[in-house]
Amino acid sequence: MSTSHVISSGHTAGESDGRICRYTLAERVHHWVGVFSYVYCLITGLAFWSPYMFWLAVLVGGGATARFWHPWLGVAFTLSMFWMYKMWRPDMLITEPDRRWSKTMKQYIENDDQNLPPEGRFNYGQKLFFWLMFYGVILLLVSGIGMWFVESIPWSLRWLRYLAVTVHVVAAMATIGGFIIHVYMGTAMVRGGFTSIIRGEVSIAWAKTHHRLWYEQVTKGTSAEK
Amino acid sequence: MSQATLAVRRISGHAGPAPGEGVERDYQVCKLVDTTTCIGCKACEVACVEWNGYEFTDTVFDNSYQTMPATTWKYWNLIKFNEHENSDGTISLLMRKDQCMHCADPGCLAACPADGAIVQYTNGIVDFQQQNCIGCGYCVAGCPFDIPKFNPATKKMFKCTLCVDRVSEGLEPACIKSCPTGCLHFGTKDDMKDLAEARAAQLRDNFGFEKAGVYDPAGVGGTGVIYVLHDATNPEAYGGLPKDPQVPWVVRFWKGPAKWIGNLAMLGGVIGVTLHYLRFGPKEVHARKNGNGGHP
Repeated sequence: MSTSHVISSGHTAGESDGRICRYTLAERVHHWVGVFSYVYCLITGLAFWSPYMFWLAVLVGGGATARFWHPWLGVAFTLSMFWMYKMWRPDMLITEPDRRWSKTMKQYIENDDQNLPPEGRFNYGQKLFFWLMFYGVILLLVSGIGMWFVESIPWSLRWLRYLAVTVHVVAAMATIGGFIIHVYMGTAMVRGGFTSIIRGEVSIAWAKTHHRLWYEQVTKGTSAEK
Repeated sequence: MSQATLAVRRISGHAGPAPGEGVERDYQVCKLVDTTTCIGCKACEVACVEWNGYEFTDTVFDNSYQTMPATTWKYWNLIKFNEHENSDGTISLLMRKDQCMHCADPGCLAACPADGAIVQYTNGIVDFQQQNCIGCGYCVAGCPFDIPKFNPATKKMFKCTLCVDRVSEGLEPACIKSCPTGCLHFGTKDDMKDLAEARAAQLRDNFGFEKAGVYDPAGVGGTGVIYVLHDATNPEAYGGLPKDPQVPWVVRFWKGPAKWIGNLAMLGGVIGVTLHYLRFGPKEVHARKNGNGGHP
């Protein structure tokens, strides 16, 4: 992280009017390309999943339209995910502070945050979600291609047809679980998270609270003292 | 066989039971294919293409009399040829008319997610309704006979309809009408079973085909197309007719328990985060050390 991440800061550290850049424009764009494509695949996928949710396909133009676009938006999501991997991989590697932090997960969940060890740019939970989606999308893409071109799988290898269905369902369910938690935490639970992925900025107090090691890293040698 | 037999017994991808399900019992229609009197003339192939209004498809030569390797979306009826070497070293040229089997328990219908894209009539005919088909290809995974085929132009699935349009007007299917040897028969399932068993007994008793028998696989609840085979113990020799076809257990699990496990898990996730919010609420930025908190 370079010092350019500090957009402005108060005269004394921790002033609430100090803002730090948390996500660059490119990072936000790719996140939202991912959101759009994933949510499309989620809505249409749920429509194909259960007759009781088939009405969801109506929202996007009917079953046949949903079926046409679902694989293409899946490809778009894969590309956005790979792009996020390219941008965020260094920040997403599991580190020693993560291992310390992971032991206090229960306190974090219960909002008993006073004694949590400091975390870097992303905390352990965010990293888990990232890797869940990263490996999930690889499985979804590979199995999805099998379902997309199911007739191209020869009859003698038909077990691949069944494997593709199974893997697609399991991987989709795993990502949906992560997605529910991600949306909840990003919007309702961790206040400031949602605005940060829209406007890119967080307050210094927010940075210190949630990602202290990152805060210290990006403000090192700047006017914003520790 | 009138339109009265076109009451719907089952529909694909439908939330809840099919309207009218089980209120009526009617006879099943059935095609009987006696492979022992088939001469491989392919009149049934031509009749099928003609009746259904498709142009003829290019043939593929593969050192055999077979028209092409497999049925296509507009070629629903194909005689499969196999030069089968018998145990005594002689060769039998086995010919089997391949088409949709119209299973009593159709795997395509079980797999289909689109409401009403596949229907099973009370007369047993399993029919694709292209206006409801979304072209997902799940039926391909569900079918134990590799029958449904995708039309890339319209993005819909197609297969043999058992000439439901003819049957509902009291006519026999086009293939039956065209057969010159009488190896194809059409009638009620009970009648066709009787005829098939009688023919199999004749083959066993009078012609020395000791293993002759009727192919009406129980794994899919019986089929609306049954075969008389010279050797019922080896249906695979007849162009890959599966010995014990089943709806794949993956499809059964996917469309059964997995659905409810998945739905409960998703619902549980949503309820879980809601309860978490009610119990613990949002994470506020707290004043720590010299920070004074505040909004982001």
